[in-house]
Amino acid sequence: MDILYRIFIDPFVQMGGAPDLLVQTLWEGLVGGVLYALIALGFVLIFKASGVFNFAQGIMMVFAALTLVGLTEKGVPAPLALLLTIGVMYLLAVAVERFVLRPLVNQPDIMLFMATFGLTYVLIGVGELIFGGNPKKMPTDALFLPSGAIDLKILGGLVSLQKLDIAAAVIASVMVAGLAIFFQRTRIGRALRAVADDHQAALSVGISLNQIWIIVWFTAGVVALATGIMWGARSDVSFALQVISLKALPVLILGGFTSVPGAIVGGLIIGVGEKLGEFYWGPLIGGGIESWLAYAIALAFLLFRPQGLFGEKIIERI
Amino acid sequence: MFYREVGQFKTTYAADQAIFPIRQDRIGLAIILFAAFVLIPLLGGEFLIASVMIPFLVLALAAIGLNVLIGYTGLISLGTAAFMGVGAYACYKLSTIFPQVNVLVWIVASGFVSSAVGVVFGLPSLRIKGFYLAIATLAAQFFLQWCFVRIGWLYNHNPSGAIEVPGHTLFGIPVTGPQATPITRYYVVLVIVVVMTWFASNLVHGRIGRSWMAVRDMDIAAQLMGIKLLPAKLLAFAVSSFYAGVAGALMVFMWLGAAEPEAFNINQSFILLFMVIIGGLGSLIGSFLGAALIHVLPIIVRFLPDALGVPVGAATVEHLTFVITGALILFFLVVEPHGLAQLWRIAKQKLRVWPFPY
Repeated sequence: MDILYRIFIDPFVQMGGAPDLLVQTLWEGLVGGVLYALIALGFVLIFKASGVFNFAQGIMMVFAALTLVGLTEKGVPAPLALLLTIGVMYLLAVAVERFVLRPLVNQPDIMLFMATFGLTYVLIGVGELIFGGNPKKMPTDALFLPSGAIDLKILGGLVSLQKLDIAAAVIASVMVAGLAIFFQRTRIGRALRAVADDHQAALSVGISLNQIWIIVWFTAGVVALATGIMWGARSDVSFALQVISLKALPVLILGGFTSVPGAIVGGLIIGVGEKLGEFYWGPLIGGGIESWLAYAIALAFLLFRPQGLFGEKIIERI
Repeated sequence: MFYREVGQFKTTYAADQAIFPIRQDRIGLAIILFAAFVLIPLLGGEFLIASVMIPFLVLALAAIGLNVLIGYTGLISLGTAAFMGVGAYACYKLSTIFPQVNVLVWIVASGFVSSAVGVVFGLPSLRIKGFYLAIATLAAQFFLQWCFVRIGWLYNHNPSGAIEVPGHTLFGIPVTGPQATPITRYYVVLVIVVVMTWFASNLVHGRIGRSWMAVRDMDIAAQLMGIKLLPAKLLAFAVSSFYAGVAGALMVFMWLGAAEPEAFNINQSFILLFMVIIGGLGSLIGSFLGAALIHVLPIIVRFLPDALGVPVGAATVEHLTFVITGALILFFLVVEPHGLAQLWRIAKQKLRVWPFPY
């Protein structure tokens, strides 16, 4: 009985007893969720347009952040470094299209998945060769990112919101809105959606697959850069950040591989669920459950909706 | 010319169903086994046996397990290393609780423990497919790894958190622990791997293997033809985890001697996946070729600069290993997407028709 009480009643008593703590946990979960959603967004963009499950998204994020930090450490002014990094991401997109996607067109999905693995290894190696393996500090001030915290007195307690987290949430929202407009309203966006729907049909109306892939990988690279800046500002920039991309995978299966809103909603659910679970239920079984709780949550959803919350319904034919 | 089955008549059904119906295959296999059992222990140095051959065989065994799942049944799993861990920890627990029992019994038993765990984590495969399933198996990877760290009972509350293999003897000869010589360990691993490969080969060529392949090619069609998906998929998970579990037990008991939870992390899973893909999906020989390539490649890259007399720092070599491994994976995927096994098939065809082009 005691154990049931501690699982089903005690955490809620705690939540009711200290609402400020609950709000703080929720807020941290939401911010974490936004950042997961950003990584998941990069995955979704590429998966939609080229059907590639891009495992390298996490390392692209680290690579972008490292390039930016490495350039600023060399004395390049931050805005210029930002532009240069965007240029590097473009070159990366071109190289990936030319040397990985084009030769592997029409191969089974798992081959392309494996190819992005090879890409991950190459990027890790090259990144470490150029920038070294030591953690670096993100120059937040030079990038006009706010620091410090806002303390709110609500619910009889103190809730502290990092300004950086607020900025992250704002930037993420702006980026998602921008991408939505780009996809819905522009000529290239329409072409992207056409490619996502059907490669051959898109080819037959004169859309160049190669160009589209470059654009998509470049967009994913820019998203990776933004994510990298945000994560890098919260903790140092190093290859350990790559692990975070593994956290974005449950977000993907929860939201569905092909859905941008799914990535965002999924990210928020996973972020909040993870923090709440760790804070209120984690101590019961020894803590550290953050590493797999996200997967358990996603799996639970998946048993009821095998295509994710917002994924397209899977219709199978013989 | 060199590889032609002309004149080899099959006069019985048994001969027709043989796994190696061609004489040249049998001779080739005999040569490989002779080399593995006699030449390598005789001629190979300690380094070759302890750091190349034993890991290669262990990894090949795990790759066969993964190949059963991915190559034959079409279920992508990213949690192989965790199942290896289950095998390793099960073997450790069993052999410390009952130290007087023959350690080989526990290695096999730990395979069964691993396969029970595998079946549990295979259950979602009935509902979800493709990459969704791949990510779902990551749940197994992270959950099990968490268990290895947090559940003290698993490592006997050892303060270091690692498991250390106690010494065991087989017929009076030490086979595990510090007293065991590399040669003895090599022979134990080799015998287990050969027996299990033979078993796997029979399994995938028989009725069960065919039902797996039907499920891989299209599970709904397979279901319509009367294959029960539930047993077929779960059996694939069970067999795959069994192989992974035995490989994990061998890895700790015969190769490393001690292991931390980190030994079974996600990178290990990915490396095994590489071996299967580079080797060739749905091919047992491919599992061996893939394991050889992926395991030996970094060793060569590490020693190459010294051999060429180019002074390179250790860190640089480490990074270069990453770059070269990644580039080679890309290269192999582009050049031969069906893996090294396909190269072998092409080579066989060339040998068959030589000296004519076709």
